[in-house]
Amino acid sequence: MTAPVETARPGFARAAPAVLRQAVTVLGSLVTIVVLWEGYKFIGDRTDDTWPLTNIGLPVSSDDLTMPHASDIWSAFWAPVQRGGSDSLAVFLVKASWFTLREAALGFAMGTCIGLVLAAIMLRSHFAERGVLPWVNISQTVPLIALAPIVVTWGRTNGWGDTLSVALISTYLTFFPVAVNGLKGLQSPQAADIELMRSYAAGWRDTLFKVRLPAARPYLFPAFKLAGTLSVVGAIVGEISAGVRGGLGRAILDFAGRYSTGPAKVYAAVIGAGLLGLFVFGLISAAERFFVRGPQGSGT
Amino acid sequence: MTAVQISGAGMTFNPGSDNAVRALDDIDLTIGHGEFVSLIGPSGCGKSTLLRLVGDLITPTTGSIEVFGKSAEQARLDRDYGMAFQQAGLFDWRKVAANIELPLELIGWSRSDRSARSKEMLELVKLDDFGDHYPWQLSGGMQQRVAIARSLAFSPRLLLMDEPFGALDEMTREHMQSELLRIHAKTATTVVFVTHSISEAAYLSNRVVVLSPRPGQIHSIIDVDLGERSDAIRETPAFFAKTTEVREALRAVEASA
Ligand SMILES: Nc1ncnc2c1ncn2[C@@H]1O[C@H](COP(=O)(O)OP(=O)(O)OP(=O)(O)O)[C@@H](O)[C@H]1O
Ligand SMILES: [Mg+2]
Repeated sequence: MTAPVETARPGFARAAPAVLRQAVTVLGSLVTIVVLWEGYKFIGDRTDDTWPLTNIGLPVSSDDLTMPHASDIWSAFWAPVQRGGSDSLAVFLVKASWFTLREAALGFAMGTCIGLVLAAIMLRSHFAERGVLPWVNISQTVPLIALAPIVVTWGRTNGWGDTLSVALISTYLTFFPVAVNGLKGLQSPQAADIELMRSYAAGWRDTLFKVRLPAARPYLFPAFKLAGTLSVVGAIVGEISAGVRGGLGRAILDFAGRYSTGPAKVYAAVIGAGLLGLFVFGLISAAERFFVRGPQGSGT
Repeated sequence: MTAVQISGAGMTFNPGSDNAVRALDDIDLTIGHGEFVSLIGPSGCGKSTLLRLVGDLITPTTGSIEVFGKSAEQARLDRDYGMAFQQAGLFDWRKVAANIELPLELIGWSRSDRSARSKEMLELVKLDDFGDHYPWQLSGGMQQRVAIARSLAFSPRLLLMDEPFGALDEMTREHMQSELLRIHAKTATTVVFVTHSISEAAYLSNRVVVLSPRPGQIHSIIDVDLGERSDAIRETPAFFAKTTEVREALRAVEASA
């Protein structure tokens, strides 16, 4: 039978907790990326930026200004941000991330609430579904870059402050996946489940909170994860549009402006933004593991 | 006294369209208080449809249905119904006990009353130790027993059951049948019970309603009077005679179809 095969599997893969296994995977892929990066630079350097044995040009120039060495990007993290400054770039980025995270969190919270309410409204009435859903979809075709300055201007003329404007821009990205997936999730219970509630003379609200919403969780959490990373993107774009200081958006803008004198810093800042997105993603995944248990969840 | 009064009820699905289905036609049936009535008939003859009409899950296209002297809808709103279907229909995210307590929660029972009742119900269906499990940790038959416990939890006046024991093995099935009869005898519950099993219908019922298909109509009604039921009854000539009677009615239906 299959039992001997099971026991013959390397002990690590079975015994190691999921977190550790995931860490190893992440580390492995990181190493792969660095090897590919440096390999590309190595080849480009030898062949004068052409594909080996041809004179077809490589798509990206491999010089140290365009593609700094991985080691330089690494050291940039630990060097002072400014000459004579006390904070290293890493510390600076953590502080900037914290600043951006708070805006993103506000945007995520508002976007999630709006998304859920929209989903409930669309569920309630087919008329609303037909009327609202197209607009929800269209909303995402408007480029954020075009919208952001408008929101910032509103904020300034109405005096609600730039932080809220940034959060609103983030909201704009986050409500969408929650509304769309949320509607699908709320509609997911079988007719028999809804009929059971009907037989108990349960009202719309009881049916929503005791059946539809719990049934929607497997649909909602993937949407939350997407919305979480989008909320960071929205906050960064919002900071850049509004010229808000202190966050990752401004940092990326500043470093990009001085690219030629410190290309590694720009890469470091981009990596910082990616890590923030990953952090938010991980946080929501942890919540998912806690809230969604079932036949296919970790509960078994 | 009358529990259910069905007068000239008919049900056509998708009326007026190409795929219109005349599921039931001109059904007249009166069910007395505390009576146990089974519906039996070939697949697709409209047993479930009739049950759903009584439960006000769907509305008849013709005729009327009264339950406890009021409209079926009013009876539903008054929470007179307990329902159990072939599919257990438990909620994955609720533990077994919480599933049973759901209707009690909706009615507004206190937490302690609810947990006392769900304990009692779990004992009844012989799942005492499973209150803290999730439904997907139980076998299909066990899930079905939970669903039955749930339908009985708030002591409904009218039990509507659609092949509730279909998924159970023979021994559990007979045990559940005895339990259902015990509950039925103890409480004043009226039961309408859909089944495919001839012996089940004969054993449980005061009357067996045999339906014929296309459109669903009442073919015949067989009175069963076996008195006090016990497992020993299943082996008596009287029981055997009744199952034969039901079987012959079903044969007649099949032959005419
Ligand atoms: N929602 C519906 N829409 C259209 N037709 C339906 C619907 N529900 C039932 N029907 C039709 O009504 C007829 C009776 O169905 P019903 O489910 O009541 O049969 P049944 O006697 O319960 O059968 P079974 O023993 O297989 O459960 C069938 O022809 C079925 O196709
Ligand atoms: Mg049926």
